Amino acid sequence: MKTLNFELAWRFVLGKKRAMTMSLLGIVLGIAFFVITQAQTSGFEAFFIRTILGTNGAIRISDRFQDMHGTVRSSSKDGKTRFFFHSKEGALYTEGIENPKLLKDALDQFTEITGISEILEGNAILNGISRSQTVQIHGIVPSNHIMVSDLEKQIIRGELSAFELDPMTILIGNRVAQRLMLQVGDRVNIQGRTGNLQLRIAGFFETGVSQIDKNRVYIHLSTAKAFMGKRFSGSIFQLSMFDPSKAPEIAAQIQETTGHRTVSWQEREQVWLDVFKALRVSSAITVSSILLLSGLGIFNVFAIMVIEKTRDIAILRSIGFKPSDTSSIFLWQGVIILFFGIIVGVSLGILSTYGISQIPLRIRGIFSTDSFVVNWDLTHYLWAIVIATVFVSIASWIPARRAARIEPAKIIRETL
Amino acid sequence: MDSPTNEYKELLRVENLHHSFTEGSQKTEVLKGVSLQVYASETTAIVGPSGCGKSTLLYLLGLLDRPESGKIFLNNSEVSSSTEQTRTALRNTSIGFIFQFHFLIKELTVIENVALPLRKFGADAKESEEKSFVVLEKLGLAEKAQRFANKLSGGEQQRVAIARAIVNSPSLILADEPTGNLDTENSENVFGVLQELAEIENLGVLIVTHNSELASKTNKLIRMKDGLIIKDE
Repeated sequence: MKTLNFELAWRFVLGKKRAMTMSLLGIVLGIAFFVITQAQTSGFEAFFIRTILGTNGAIRISDRFQDMHGTVRSSSKDGKTRFFFHSKEGALYTEGIENPKLLKDALDQFTEITGISEILEGNAILNGISRSQTVQIHGIVPSNHIMVSDLEKQIIRGELSAFELDPMTILIGNRVAQRLMLQVGDRVNIQGRTGNLQLRIAGFFETGVSQIDKNRVYIHLSTAKAFMGKRFSGSIFQLSMFDPSKAPEIAAQIQETTGHRTVSWQEREQVWLDVFKALRVSSAITVSSILLLSGLGIFNVFAIMVIEKTRDIAILRSIGFKPSDTSSIFLWQGVIILFFGIIVGVSLGILSTYGISQIPLRIRGIFSTDSFVVNWDLTHYLWAIVIATVFVSIASWIPARRAARIEPAKIIRETL
Repeated sequence: MDSPTNEYKELLRVENLHHSFTEGSQKTEVLKGVSLQVYASETTAIVGPSGCGKSTLLYLLGLLDRPESGKIFLNNSEVSSSTEQTRTALRNTSIGFIFQFHFLIKELTVIENVALPLRKFGADAKESEEKSFVVLEKLGLAEKAQRFANKLSGGEQQRVAIARAIVNSPSLILADEPTGNLDTENSENVFGVLQELAEIENLGVLIVTHNSELASKTNKLIRMKDGLIIKDE
């Protein structure tokens, strides 16, 4: 019997090809646009996250709190202890990590952490051949730093190995290099409060984050300590994690246990993450409206069809069809439209997403890309299908219910 | 109201049927105590002026509507108060409907239209179409079986509707102005088919008609006026 209802639904769909094609088109475009916009917005967001994780790590540990009171609190929920950090205006800090070796030993207890890089930050003037620029020095241990960043992949000219082997070399952000017209192998002079240092350029790096690429230089940690006169203190830690999504929780625990200001990448980049989230949600809402309009279109087609088919429904009832059979005929029509809408819509979404990923688009600023960045995520397709299913279900259910309520005797009497 | 010949089996008995329609605050009594019987192998015509309650009576007998009071016995079972499920099943297996406007489904072919009651009963598509083809052959429509219903003439469409009404071998055929939309030749043709079915297939045929000439050819004639049977002959 279910087959017969489906067969009748199929024939009714074929009998209204133009209206049904328009309804189908709405669902197809709605699903495809949803997938495309989500792939783009989440693609850029994921790319941004990869960039910032690869540049500044998942967690940064900096200053030692002098006053812990009011900055950290813990709360028990479901038997688990969670920590919340509140940046407190006016809280007192001691600049940098107090005892790097001790802290490193303490961090070894956190199994989520995959790498620790000690960094000494400071400012200096970089003198090129003809121009100078203030730069931000990052003193690093290269072998440790590549564990917590993508520095290896970010080298666009020169060799990281050359930097690793020689403590009197420097890695320079590509925008700094361009501005000062520097070449790999050139000798540069950095000038600080405590003196000057002659270094050879081992390579240029590009993170894609213009603020970093036009300010940052890397030198060896030991060289930096000597240059800045901070042999035992003042450095920070950059950490990498197995699962960076757990960074806020781990950061809170580290802060609580070590007494150092610890910031997760989510807290650090909250502004940009909020922008991406707003873009993703707003594009989802905008595109869902296409699906909503398609749903209204389907509702309209089915509602008219119920009116047009009242006599057919009446005759079906007179030969033994139940009210539930007549409503199922209309629900099946919704299922048919939805099924083909999903198949074609998802296919179009995949093809369009691939096509868009091939479009050249040069972006520099918060990350570096030369083409549209897309994210291939199954959940985008599932969400598109769920939203389309909800709209089509409602659009077919209301006319189907109306079809079930038709009184055959009344319809036949009124037709005569 | 005895049967013309007592050997005929009683298919349908109606006892003191009352029915009314309410529109707003106005209640109109359409049937005011109708009683009748229909026998197998017998054609019965109900005639009367428009609005006398003929069609309403037919829909009540066809279990498409429920009477306000009174009883309907189909094959000796009281059905006016039976469940909707039972009534639906009876419409599929025991009653065949023919309407003035054939009410064929235009998206289906002739044979698919005819096979609908069988498919609804649970038969598979192949078996239903084989049986439907036999019925269409009887009605001279075999060569039109694969055409779409709306491509046939009015007379042919009505014969398809008859085929659909009898394909499930019901015991009772209810026809509401079956020739009302046909020319004289087609009317006589369709009426002839109904008479033949009653005789050969042993069906009870109840026809509501305005055509007094055709009504006079039935085994029994019932005249109605103002919701009452005024003559049963």
